[in-house]
Amino acid sequence: MAKSNNRGYAKINGRAVLYGVLIIIAAYYLLPLVLMIMTSFRSMDEIRMGQLIEWPKSFSLDAWSMAWSEVQIGAREDRGLRPYFLNSIQMVIPAVAISTILGALNGYVLSFWKFRGSELFFGALLIGCFLPFQAILLPQSQLLGSLGLAGTMTGLVLTHVVYGVSFTTLFFRNYYVNLPHELVKAAKLDGAGFWIIFFRIILPLSAPILVVTVIWQFTQIWNDFLFGVVFSDPSSQPVTVGLNNMVNSSTGEKQYNVDMAGAIIAALPTIVVYVVAGKYFVRGLTAGSVKG
Amino acid sequence: MSVSRKKGLDYWLPKLVVSPTLVIALIFFYGFILWTTIISFTNSSFLPSYDFVGFEQYVRLFLNPRWLNAMGNLLIFGVLFIGICMIVGLLMAILLDQNIRAEGAIRTIYLYPMALSFIVTGTIWKWLLNPTVGIERFVISMGWETFVFDWIINPDMAIYTVVIAGVWQASGFVMAIFLAGLRGIDTSIIKAAQLDGANLFAVYTRIIIPSMRPVFFSAFIMLAHIAIKSFDLVIALTGGGPGNSTDVPAIFMYQFSFQRGQLGVGAASAVIMLMTVLAILVPYLYSELRTPKNG
Repeated sequence: MAKSNNRGYAKINGRAVLYGVLIIIAAYYLLPLVLMIMTSFRSMDEIRMGQLIEWPKSFSLDAWSMAWSEVQIGAREDRGLRPYFLNSIQMVIPAVAISTILGALNGYVLSFWKFRGSELFFGALLIGCFLPFQAILLPQSQLLGSLGLAGTMTGLVLTHVVYGVSFTTLFFRNYYVNLPHELVKAAKLDGAGFWIIFFRIILPLSAPILVVTVIWQFTQIWNDFLFGVVFSDPSSQPVTVGLNNMVNSSTGEKQYNVDMAGAIIAALPTIVVYVVAGKYFVRGLTAGSVKG
Repeated sequence: MSVSRKKGLDYWLPKLVVSPTLVIALIFFYGFILWTTIISFTNSSFLPSYDFVGFEQYVRLFLNPRWLNAMGNLLIFGVLFIGICMIVGLLMAILLDQNIRAEGAIRTIYLYPMALSFIVTGTIWKWLLNPTVGIERFVISMGWETFVFDWIINPDMAIYTVVIAGVWQASGFVMAIFLAGLRGIDTSIIKAAQLDGANLFAVYTRIIIPSMRPVFFSAFIMLAHIAIKSFDLVIALTGGGPGNSTDVPAIFMYQFSFQRGQLGVGAASAVIMLMTVLAILVPYLYSELRTPKNG
C-alpha cells in the first residue's frame, strides 16, 4: 500500500517536472516576442535608463507611428514602413492567387487526366521545391530586364508565381490522388467534361487543401527577402526589405522601440494567419516533408 | 462527329492546362540552371559574355579566401543548426507526446517563430544579442558584473549567434515533424513491449526512434535546405560581419553577382551551391522513390 503511494508521488513529481520543462521551453520561444512588444510601447528615454526585461513604465504608441509612417528609410519621400507594407500586399495577393490556381489545375490534371509523360512532368517540376534560388537569380534578372520588368511589381509577382508553382502543384496533386477516383470515372461516363468535373466535383472537395496552399504561399511570399532585394526597386520593395533597410540604416542613435515596432508590423500578417489557422499552417509545413 | 470532337477536346485540354507550368519548368528551372552553368564557364564580368574560359572561374572561386571562409561558415552553421534543431526538436516532441494537457497551446507557442520572416527573427536577435542593450547588460545589471556575452561583435564567435537565432526559428518546426512521426507509430507494438517489461526509455531508444528513420531523414533534408539557402537571417542579424566573419555562400553569391559585377564568379558559386543541395538530395530522393515498391 505504502509502496504504491510512493509510486503515485513519484509519478506526480515526474509530471510536475515535465510541465516545468515544457513551460521553460515555452518561455524561451515567447520571451523574445513579449520583450519586443513591450519595448515597442516604451520611450527611448525609458529604454536607455531601464532594463531589457521590465514592465513598461509609460505606454506610448509613438514608436508604432514612427515605424509606420514617420521614420526616414533610405532616400525615399514616403516615410515609414507603410509604402513597403502596401507593396507587400500588392505583391502577395496576385502572386498567391495565380500560383494557387495553377497548382490546383496542375494537381487536377496530374491526378485525373494523366497522359503519357505526366508522371515525368510532375517529377521534373519538383526540382522547384528544392532549388537554391541562387542558381536562377542571374538569368531571372536578365530576363526581367529584357522584358522591361526589372524593378517592377509585375516582375516580382511573376518571380513568386514561377518559383511557387512547384509547391502548390505538389500540395494539390498529393491531395487529389487520395480522393476516390470512382467519382471522376462515373462523371466521365456520364459525359461530363474537363471543366464541369473540376468545378462541380473537385473544387467543392478542395477546401482543406486550398486553405493549406494559400497559407503556405502567403507566408512564403510575405516573408521573402531574397527576391525582394534582388528584383525590386524602391517603388516596389516589400516590407521585409523595408524593415531591413530601416534597422540597418545607421544615421543617429539606434531607436530600438521603433525597430521593434517595425518588426512587429512586418510580422503581423503572418502571425495573425498562424494564430487563426495554425492547424493548416502546420499541415502545409509537414506536407512538404512527411509525404502522405 | 460531335462525340469525337469532344473526345479530342478532353484529350488536348489537360495538356493545354498544364502547358504554362511545363514552360515554367523548362525555362525558369532547367533553362536557367543551364544558363547559370554556362555563364560560370565564361569570363563574364558586369555583363554576360560567351567567351569560354573553362574552369577558370571555379579556380578563382576556390582561391578566394572569402569563399573558403563562407563555405567554412556554412559548414559550422549547417552542422550545429541541423544537429541542435534535431536534438531539441526530438526532445520537445517526446515531451509533448506524454498526454500533455493544453498540448495544442504549447505546440502553437513552440512553432510560431516559423511563421516569421528571417528578417524579423534577425532583427529581434540582433537586439537581444547586442551587448550594450541586450542580454549581457541585463545579466550584468542583475548583479553578475563580469558577465560577458558579446558573441555578435566577436569575429570568432559571431557565426554561433546565427545558430542561436536559426535554432530559435526552426526547432519548433522539427518538433512538429517529429510529433507527426511519433503519432504515426503503431501503438500496439509499444504496448506489447511495455507488457514485456520494457521501460519508457527503452521503448523510445529501441523501438520508436529507430522506426522514425524516414522522419529524421526528411527533417534533415528540410534543415539542410534552409541552411544552404540561408541569406536573410545572416543579413538581418550580422550583415555578414563583423568583417566577413559570418559570410555565407548565399551572401557571397549575391555580392559578387549584383554588387561587384563579377557574374562569372557569382555563377560559379551558385553552381557549387546547387551541387551541394543535389549531393544531399539525390540519394534521399532515390531511396524515397524506391521504398514504395519494396513495401
